[in-house]
Amino acid sequence: MSTSLDRLFEKVRAENRAALIAYIPAGFPSIDGCKKAIAALAAAGVDAIEIGFPYSDPVMDGPTIQEAADISLRAGTNAADVFAALKTASDCGVASVVMTYWNPIEKYGVDKFAQAISENGGSGVITPDLPIEESVQWLVATDKYEINPIYVVAPSSSDERIGKVTSKTSGFVYAASIMGVTGARTSVSVDARDLVSRVRSKTSLPIAVGLGVSTREQAREVAGYADGVIVGSAFIKLLLNATSEKDGLDAISALATELVAGVREGR
Amino acid sequence: MIVETNALDGHFGEYGGRFVPEALIGALNELEAAHISSQKDPVFLAELAQLHRTYTGRPSIITEVPRFAAHAGGARILLKREDLNHTGSHKINNVLGQALLTKRMGKKRIIAETGAGQHGVASATAAALMGLECVVYMGEEDTRRQSLNVARMKLLGAQVVPVTSGSRTLKDAINEAMRDWVTNVADTHYLLGTVAGPHPFPTMVRDFHKIIGEESREQVLALTGKLPDAVLACVGGGSNAIGIFHAFIPDAGVRLIGFEAGGDGVETGRHAATISGGSPGVLHGTRSYVLQDENGQTVESHSISAGLDYPGVGPEHAYLHDIGRAEYRAINDDQAMEAFSLLCTTEGVIPAIETAHALAGAMIIGKEVGPDATLLINLSGRGDKDVQTAAQYFGIPL
Repeated sequence: MSTSLDRLFEKVRAENRAALIAYIPAGFPSIDGCKKAIAALAAAGVDAIEIGFPYSDPVMDGPTIQEAADISLRAGTNAADVFAALKTASDCGVASVVMTYWNPIEKYGVDKFAQAISENGGSGVITPDLPIEESVQWLVATDKYEINPIYVVAPSSSDERIGKVTSKTSGFVYAASIMGVTGARTSVSVDARDLVSRVRSKTSLPIAVGLGVSTREQAREVAGYADGVIVGSAFIKLLLNATSEKDGLDAISALATELVAGVREGR
Repeated sequence: MIVETNALDGHFGEYGGRFVPEALIGALNELEAAHISSQKDPVFLAELAQLHRTYTGRPSIITEVPRFAAHAGGARILLKREDLNHTGSHKINNVLGQALLTKRMGKKRIIAETGAGQHGVASATAAALMGLECVVYMGEEDTRRQSLNVARMKLLGAQVVPVTSGSRTLKDAINEAMRDWVTNVADTHYLLGTVAGPHPFPTMVRDFHKIIGEESREQVLALTGKLPDAVLACVGGGSNAIGIFHAFIPDAGVRLIGFEAGGDGVETGRHAATISGGSPGVLHGTRSYVLQDENGQTVESHSISAGLDYPGVGPEHAYLHDIGRAEYRAINDDQAMEAFSLLCTTEGVIPAIETAHALAGAMIIGKEVGPDATLLINLSGRGDKDVQTAAQYFGIPL
């Protein structure tokens, strides 16, 4: 099997650069605004879009993404909106994945959820609160519909644990750069570089670094050692702070353009 | 009837398990190992037993309440007096155990969530006793409703952080505590206050509370010469209920009955009766019954009792329910307050409003089973903290 995401990482590897992955919650800043944001990010040259499934109890997320999820949930965002956002991304010609806490998948139906990801052009799903031990049913479904199950590893993960987790992963390994929740930070922790090299010794899968990246300089630095750079809260902050939806879209386009350049300057 | 509820991998049938960020897996493994080794370590067990004798005030007594029982079909009713423990509830049993484990793991800081403030006060107490730094997360809404307990925690040296995200209640306090833990896991132990959360918490917290059932089983046998016909407890997260149920699980003739918070009535949707009115799902790291909507989003719970006002429940209760070993019923706010008042005026005991749900349950069950039956109720907490709420409810000017 080969997903758009798999093909993307083959492409960037051939171009000797890292991929830029942008995160946006479905239904944020509005149902329609999310689709416009995806189009703007794709037009600015972002390689892949990570669609967040807003959830009532996001324990891995800092205040920025919590606020975006609250706004989205108040607007009534549901699974159908998540799949529509995926469809928008694939229509824009970029690879797309969903990031979701486990309960919405379980409630929707594990098999049905994987099927809907595939049918809407999605490449895979990042499940930040689903350890591999609880994944038996999920891995059957991702295998059946040929989508990538993407797992997170953390600086606290032992080498043995990294081996186990990456053996169940496809698409890319999500390396959480720091011990903590999502949110823009002034520097990317030194833990990230160390974690990526520990993951490299266990797998040949692409490795993308998330948590805390917000600037061109940080993107360049991370692109020096990782295969992908994930940026979320920095885009969301711009959309939250914008005085109008158009200003917000302009602001994320400008940041995306900077980051797109950054991931090409890393090596 | 043999019921295996001590699964080593942290599952109770299809419930339990671990649904947490990868960053916490190492800490949960460390905690599980520390718990297992401590339960086999005579020095640890002796230290905890000594603390319970000289600090908690264990064993707690049982009290027979005939004047109250006259309103419950004349059944013989015995109360297990966890309200007489230091800090006023069963919570201290778990808190002292986990605080000792924190020291055993070489950690210096504990964090805790609290709704009504009882677990926060107990955690702050244990932290003061053992010289640990303590941060308590509490929904901003609850800090206003329970300002006296906020002051108690501060007097005990804890830092209280009001949580302003989400619904600003217990569930959001747990989210914030989890975020703190993910960030500071290297030197911090999350002292979770109930039998929910990721493995090993449901098993470990139960192990620290099962002393309630072990003591009362002996006490009831000594007093009456037989086992009780039913054991009753209120259920929010479910720690006091599991504590008193556990020793009786192998006794097939003993009914185990949990009473959830029915709020305005389960049919109104404004309740916290997770098993009676919820469905299987994952919340706060464990699979169990959850109050959720059709998209898997958690629904806010409602109860006059802050300690039961939680949209989840411990996974072992979900399992005991599904296999039919325990029964769960909902008691609405008014029923609970009627029983609260009745215990005050017939027996001179002011119970916690949480506990009043079990007392209201006894008034129903007593009439069903008749005067020959013996009911054992876990009187899990005292009502000092609820004086303001109760005065307001009964129209007593303050």
